[in-house]
Amino acid sequence: MRNLVLGIALTALFVLGALVSFVWTPYDHTVLEITNKLKPPNGDHWFGTDQYGRDILSMIMVGARTSIAVAIVAVGIGIGLGVPLGLTAAAWNGSVLDEIIMRSNDLIFAFPSLLIAIMITAVYGPSAFNAIIAIGIFNIPVFARVTRGAALSLWTRDYVLAARVSGKGAARISFEHILPNLMNLLIVQGTIQFSLGILAEAALSYVGLGAQPPTPSWGRMLAESQTLFMLAPHITLFPGFAILLTVLGLNLAGDGLRDLLDPKLRRVAR
Amino acid sequence: MLRYALKRLGSLLISLIVASLVIFFTLEVVPGDPASFMLGINAQPETLEALREELGLNATKAERYLSWVTGLVTGDLGISYTYRSPVSEIVAERLVISLPLALYALILTVVIAFPVGILAATKRGSLTDVAVMGGTQLGVAIPNFWFAMIMVLIFAINLRWFSAGGFPGWDAGFLVAIKALTVPAIALALPQASILARVMRSSLLDTLSEDYIRTSRAKGLTKRQALRRHALRNALIPVLTIIGLQLSFLLAGAIIIENVFFLPGLGRLVFQAISQRDLIVVESVVMLLVFAVIVVNFLVDLAYVWVDPRLKDRT
Repeated sequence: MRNLVLGIALTALFVLGALVSFVWTPYDHTVLEITNKLKPPNGDHWFGTDQYGRDILSMIMVGARTSIAVAIVAVGIGIGLGVPLGLTAAAWNGSVLDEIIMRSNDLIFAFPSLLIAIMITAVYGPSAFNAIIAIGIFNIPVFARVTRGAALSLWTRDYVLAARVSGKGAARISFEHILPNLMNLLIVQGTIQFSLGILAEAALSYVGLGAQPPTPSWGRMLAESQTLFMLAPHITLFPGFAILLTVLGLNLAGDGLRDLLDPKLRRVAR
Repeated sequence: MLRYALKRLGSLLISLIVASLVIFFTLEVVPGDPASFMLGINAQPETLEALREELGLNATKAERYLSWVTGLVTGDLGISYTYRSPVSEIVAERLVISLPLALYALILTVVIAFPVGILAATKRGSLTDVAVMGGTQLGVAIPNFWFAMIMVLIFAINLRWFSAGGFPGWDAGFLVAIKALTVPAIALALPQASILARVMRSSLLDTLSEDYIRTSRAKGLTKRQALRRHALRNALIPVLTIIGLQLSFLLAGAIIIENVFFLPGLGRLVFQAISQRDLIVVESVVMLLVFAVIVVNFLVDLAYVWVDPRLKDRT
């Protein structure tokens, strides 16, 4: 319970920062002030300034938007495609369809999101949109697998049998009876994938395959700090802590939610 | 065992074929002509045509796919558009850095995660357990490339124990080369070790609560004997699954970490190739990595049966 509160508080802090940045940031993150560059944290600039004199706190607030947006959409893709696939595979368990879905899943698992991003970028050039697609594609088999696993055990329940006896088809049972019972599991898995999405977005932006200038992003702030962090460690520390704390918050919230919603989920989720 | 292995081998081959199709046709839709890219905008049409013929760009897609796949099997990956030398040579030069880095990180992951996970499980609820769980929670959340930068700051710049980057080459001596890979490998391993330690702990806790552990204790085995003879082996199945998955993350992660340490491995090669639109290099590197992931998962499947012979009957 303590974990859950701490996790939600940390997550809320960054979501709030991202939302506030739409209307207010301490400084304009696009304004360069070279005379004020690489200033360590001080009263005017709480997190200091970067190599162009931009306010790091403002950049982190705006960067949170990119991270959160990429992760939300990527999880959305995973749920939107993965859950129906998992439900289908479970409803027609053992069929050719099930086999095709699960084998395709295995295949996608062989392509870590970084490789998908490399391929997409090679074709269409780098952008935040491509990062979303790459992370989203990798999320599909995760949700399909979790959904199928849990749905299979639900199909043996008496209430599903009752629904079949009353003449409902497999598709209708999946949506009316199986899916609602999977919600807890999906919320927990969604939180985990959300945090992985934030890490993946940061990594992709760091190597230049994600958000492009002028869109601020935590990963790119780290990449840009790379040649200077020996002179001014703060330009590396703050974006890094932003990623660390957001991911930590989401993981704690995910663990807490799992324990709160159903302690038995631990087994199913694995 | 043999039938099981053959069956898995069959699905391994199918996976590889489908993966190669996906990679080839994804990268084939790329607009632009490598030949005109290589020769620049002032190239004569005849020279362009000759180069297109030489690179095999005039063949149909199916022919080019077949020749690419045949090349993969025989080790002839074609000629890089920008380096003008065989892709297999360029890739091999880089692979001798990336592969040892990933394996080094995998070894570190296992060496750290096993004792830590076992310790936490056997001392469940103790201060040690709480500390391990807290520490691994942090380890899971840390972006490895950032952790790498922090390590450079501490160990290379402040303490001067290691160099801040670069690779002297294996010719400089095994120990010198390994030393250059140590900080990158730790940076790669720490997040994965945290995940694996957590899996080890929860898997071991599951098996420790099984009836056969109670029986073995009733028979007079000490806690340690019961752990070693019965619990550990049964706890290994989920741990192996995760190790298999982790190798793909380590290979992909190595590509990113190489950037922090300026290591001339596959990662730097592939990012240069992307910016220079040297697609044949991108194709080959991606295929190589996917191949590694698929083969590792195949080996993990075989290892299951070795660890738990009961699984054989279920296949």
